Amino acid sequence: MVETVLFFIFGIAAIFGAISMVWARNPVYSALGLMLTMFSIAVFYVSNAGHFVAAVQVIVYAGAVMTLFLFVIMLIGVDKSESRKDDLRFQRPAAVGLLGLLIAGVLIAGSAAWTTGTRQPGADVNGTIENVGDMLFRRWLLPFEITALLLIVAAAGAIALAYFKPGDEEGDAA
Amino acid sequence: MTVTPGWYMALAAVLFTIGASGILLRRNALVMFMSVELMLNAVNLTFVAAGRNLNVLDGQVSVFFVMVVAAAEVVVGLAIIVAVFRRRQTASVDELSEMRG
Repeated sequence: MVETVLFFIFGIAAIFGAISMVWARNPVYSALGLMLTMFSIAVFYVSNAGHFVAAVQVIVYAGAVMTLFLFVIMLIGVDKSESRKDDLRFQRPAAVGLLGLLIAGVLIAGSAAWTTGTRQPGADVNGTIENVGDMLFRRWLLPFEITALLLIVAAAGAIALAYFKPGDEEGDAA
Repeated sequence: MTVTPGWYMALAAVLFTIGASGILLRRNALVMFMSVELMLNAVNLTFVAAGRNLNVLDGQVSVFFVMVVAAAEVVVGLAIIVAVFRRRQTASVDELSEMRG
């Protein structure tokens, strides 16, 4: 009962946030709409016994990633209005038509139970930090270590991209 | 009336579709990037719902890895957007058409 009420409240909030993200002309409103959607998804994680990923969702996504987005929006400037002129003339009508088809398809597909395989026996899944950490440091240890490498490469790449000033590169055609 | 995993799948599908529409309809590179994040979040929701349905924890571990990859992707992507903006003074993807044949 509680889960049903939560599903409807935060489902509407998530869809409202997502639509306002696509709709808003101002990128700051887009970022706030996405933040609302991410909080709602964190509530759904809690409903599905994912306590640890819910916390990570709030801290990493709604906290760090969206702050990074807002930093870049402020750096680039929010006063730049987006032109509605299209280089490809039929792109937008075609996009809307395709989206109608896609929504119909996913709603039909989503109404069925699409998880295949048998339900594992044992106690109900419970995504506490203890259980997730146990999986992470035993069965998924190698992927976990590889993500550390990935993060180092990403940080080095971001620093390299931010380091070069315009006009420094050789063979600059601009 | 109980919430089945199919409901979460349907909601995630709707969110994914809205994210795809953001990619198709918007021209601001930042908003397009946020749409990518929304699509990743929608897929994460399906992982968690399916993991609960099958009574395995692997879905939540997958969500954890997707989050790590998404964080790395955000850092590099925003750095690219800022670098392009410093050179071209625009974040609109339609004006960045110099690489086409």
